[in-house]
Amino acid sequence: MPGAIHAEGLVKTFGDVRALDGVDLDVPEGTVLGLLGPNGAGKTTTVRVLTTLLRPDSGRAVVAGLDVLKQPNEVRRSIGLSGQFAAVDEYLTGRENLQMVGQLYQMSGRAAKARAVELLERFNLTDAADRPTKTYSGGMRRRLDLAAALVVSPPVMFMDEPTTGLDPRNRQQLWEVIQELVAGGTTLLLTTQYLEEADHLAHDICVVDHGKVIARGTSDQLKQRTGGERVEVVVHRPDEIEPARSVLAGFGKGEVAVETHTRRLTVPVAGGAKLLAEVIRELDGRGVEIDDIGLRRPTLDDVFISLTGHAAETGAAPEDGEADESGEDPRTRKETDQ
Amino acid sequence: MTATAPVVADPAPLPRRGALTQSVRDSLVVARRNLIRMTRIPEMILFGVIQPVMFVVLFTYVFGGSIAIPGAGASTSAYKEFLMAGIFAQTVTFATAGAGAGIADDMHKGLIDRFRSLPMARGAVLTGRTLADLVQTAITLAVLAIVALIVGWRTHENLGSVLLGFALLLLLGYAFTWIGALIGLSVRTPEAATSGGLIWLFPLTFISNAFVPVNGMPTFLQYVAEWNPFSATVAAARELFGNTIAGVPKSVTGAWPMEHPVWATLIWSVLIIVVFRTLAVRKYRSAS
Repeated sequence: MPGAIHAEGLVKTFGDVRALDGVDLDVPEGTVLGLLGPNGAGKTTTVRVLTTLLRPDSGRAVVAGLDVLKQPNEVRRSIGLSGQFAAVDEYLTGRENLQMVGQLYQMSGRAAKARAVELLERFNLTDAADRPTKTYSGGMRRRLDLAAALVVSPPVMFMDEPTTGLDPRNRQQLWEVIQELVAGGTTLLLTTQYLEEADHLAHDICVVDHGKVIARGTSDQLKQRTGGERVEVVVHRPDEIEPARSVLAGFGKGEVAVETHTRRLTVPVAGGAKLLAEVIRELDGRGVEIDDIGLRRPTLDDVFISLTGHAAETGAAPEDGEADESGEDPRTRKETDQ
Repeated sequence: MTATAPVVADPAPLPRRGALTQSVRDSLVVARRNLIRMTRIPEMILFGVIQPVMFVVLFTYVFGGSIAIPGAGASTSAYKEFLMAGIFAQTVTFATAGAGAGIADDMHKGLIDRFRSLPMARGAVLTGRTLADLVQTAITLAVLAIVALIVGWRTHENLGSVLLGFALLLLLGYAFTWIGALIGLSVRTPEAATSGGLIWLFPLTFISNAFVPVNGMPTFLQYVAEWNPFSATVAAARELFGNTIAGVPKSVTGAWPMEHPVWATLIWSVLIIVVFRTLAVRKYRSAS
């Protein structure tokens, strides 16, 4: 049975640029899918197609059991969208913004009013409710934007980089709200550049790059794919690199990677903390002075780098969002793909 | 965040409305939003009023003494009366640039995306905006009429006729707002919308009968001026205010709109609304 969000073979080109190059997605009801990828990878374009804002060139999509292309207005009744910008009217108060959105979701004026009060309270905006949102902080605006997306408690939610630009405290607060939403049965598709965020919130992760899904699975599965745990050692003096390398080679399951300028050695291992103790003893026995040593498990950052060849935050396009997709030359992309 | 109210409320069934009812209701919700904005940015209304008032004062006192209307001599009062319909029409026309800039700003800020993701009537965002602009234009026009009366403008027809004149002016202004809306949806930045929204207004308002009779123009421009929808409305307002000058013929080229300015204004306005509303709504639906 297809999930609450289901997409098959979505293709969208802008001029020469293939923003989406055959995206398939399936998000089971009540779960969170994290769409991960560098700027310009196609994350926002995917969200825009699924929220009826953009017609794909080909492919099909079903959201909340409704065909996105054939029943767009019915889809709009069943979704909430919180985009990259806090899309609220800055001259209206928080309350007026929520009431307007409620009425445009076809609620009665009275119901929209009551729901606005509820949401303002829930998002800690009651004190600021009657101030124009121009006076709000970035975090408050994001909260209001999310509240606007939740006016009708839609069964399916889309959040496009919901925490970009937020400070850690506000990010934490938004995470709590998102977790509560999902606990209540909402299906969520979330795009993010923060791997930690995907790790924290998403059941499943899809890594997209160049308009294609290049990997999918749970956070653990993706990490496993990248490789298991590693021992990482930083020695004190450059001439200690060689002896340390031979020690690590004895314990490792693979090649020892050396970063000479930082005097850092890394080797994949199996054996956990017990092995780490043995490595320390052995290095000590050889008189190697250690600045830092640890057992590292792969982070989603490692996954990301190994999959895309570059880190998430220093992605392809320089600007935020997909607005700069046109700045990429699609031909060079294709060549690197082959 | 407090934990008092649930994030997830019981989903209330959304009422189904007839397409027209929903369209009217949604348009009014959006119009209300734009009117609230207006009251929060009073300087916008203020500047919107000051500019045409300046025109009235400048044209009356600076040009008034020098521009001779054939058949009326160089009397200031004759030009004043001739001029006012032109300034009124120019005012309602220039107000359209605001619609374009406002819509471009909404696109820029992601608000249009939000609206487009809501189950609302497709044309409502634009209709609401143009209706709100109509209210603002009406306020500006009222202030302007008072200033015009102060500097000596007089009407010579009954009140019904004068009010019909103002109604036609507003109708033309409303029609032009749809052109502004289309421009706003077609440009990349609010700044471009402001300049793009103004640029076409200069030839439109100057190649017309608004400030000088068309007699003095080259023949080719006389045709352009007399078929200009803007001229039709100026002529209609002039006629309905009783501000026509006996020595100035209705038409130089014999253009039909000049002979029947009231009908011409109605036809032009409806035509512009139908064409540009269709184009603007189509553009809105595919906006990205």
